[in-house]
Amino acid sequence: MTRVVLPAHLKNLARISGEVSLDLAPPVTQRRVLDALEAKFPMLRGTIRDQGTGHRRAFIRFYGCEEDLSNESPDAPLPGRVTSGEEPLLVVGAMAGG
Amino acid sequence: MSRIRVLVGTRKGAFVLTADAKRQDWEIGGPHFGGWEIYHVNGSPADTDRLYASQTSGWFGQVIQRSNDGGKTWQPVGNGFTYQGEVGEHLWYDGTPRPWEFKRIWHLEPVPNDPDTVYAGADDAAIFLTTDGGHQWQELPALRTHESGPRWQPGAGGLCLHTIILDPVDQSRMFVAISAAGAFRTDDAGNTWQPINRGLQSGEIPDQDADVGHCVHRMAMHPSRPETLFMQKHWDVMRSDDAGGSWREISGNLPSDFGFPIAVHANEPDTVYVVPIKSDSEHYPPDGKLRVYRSRTAGDEWQPLTAGLPQAHCYVNVLRDAMAVDTLDPCGIYFGTTGGQVYASADGGDTWSPIVRDLPAVLSVEVQVLP
Repeated sequence: MTRVVLPAHLKNLARISGEVSLDLAPPVTQRRVLDALEAKFPMLRGTIRDQGTGHRRAFIRFYGCEEDLSNESPDAPLPGRVTSGEEPLLVVGAMAGG
Repeated sequence: MSRIRVLVGTRKGAFVLTADAKRQDWEIGGPHFGGWEIYHVNGSPADTDRLYASQTSGWFGQVIQRSNDGGKTWQPVGNGFTYQGEVGEHLWYDGTPRPWEFKRIWHLEPVPNDPDTVYAGADDAAIFLTTDGGHQWQELPALRTHESGPRWQPGAGGLCLHTIILDPVDQSRMFVAISAAGAFRTDDAGNTWQPINRGLQSGEIPDQDADVGHCVHRMAMHPSRPETLFMQKHWDVMRSDDAGGSWREISGNLPSDFGFPIAVHANEPDTVYVVPIKSDSEHYPPDGKLRVYRSRTAGDEWQPLTAGLPQAHCYVNVLRDAMAVDTLDPCGIYFGTTGGQVYASADGGDTWSPIVRDLPAVLSVEVQVLP
């Protein structure tokens, strides 16, 4: 199971309190994680990536295994410890004031 | 006895304020969607418990929320705002072409007879429509693709479509206003649009007769006189008596004719309210005195309304969407400030008192009279 941790505002929007667990067949990529996440929680569509272009929103970051994965290809396999669930994929609101 | 519900959008959430028809003792509900910018909350005239809210964030984008129980509970609905066809370009601040880019919904305008049908005004400027309660949104592209569109340029707040007025008599007629493109009218339910800016004088643009480029801050209409429009422009308060065909200035004796909101008394179509602001670079009241000005003559002659409002050291602003009137008799007037106060007058503006003082900066105020 791949684990995803959402920022507080998106947890509130999706009405969840903890992590999200997703059962994904390999290869597990950013795109497949987000596809599954948005299928499970349709209200998250457009909040992490643009609905038209599919591009990551400017102030969203993806972290895993202490690495910034934000600028990796959305179709690149995520680190093994993320895909196995040993480490979560962190969806983070960037530091941008507010 | 009727009840009143005031819908307040702020920089950090939405609030629902309720009172009975005396409008003295208020209950404060919220924040809803805490931490998000709420540009507008509006209720359906056809079902006062049906509310829509525009919830936005620089991080997470646009969400539309819907309530079926007067704001007690909310459900996110559709947020797919896609420009139709070729996106095209407008002018950027530096005069270069820039592709249209959706940023947020500024204004939500439910139609009078169907709680599921709502118009939405966007930044970058466009108008969208839902007929299924907000699940699906469709652009009416003729406005954005108007031949003048490539000459539209954003104001300081963006290229925002902030005003939507539905003609109460002619259902195919609608007025919109865009900063800083100007005002537009459709007579065929959005299939074609015409600029209605003749007579506006704007020192910020070189050609005073230009059909677009005027920075309209807000327009208002009384439902009994759909040919008469009132406008608070960047500078100047204006009136049209021919559905926007021509405009004349009605600033009269105002201490400053810069400002953002404008509203019409619900029961007196010649009574108009504005909040003068010192200047385009000093967005606070002249002399530090928060004064609403009322004209009972449809403009030109204005009187300051000060009872209950701070008359010293007040440096808040009142934004364009942040004033509303109820339909009771006497008419109630409401406005919110960037300092987080929401003021109410239950006597047409003669006296004021704060409903609440310390909200986040207020972006929008709407009011409903509940059965």
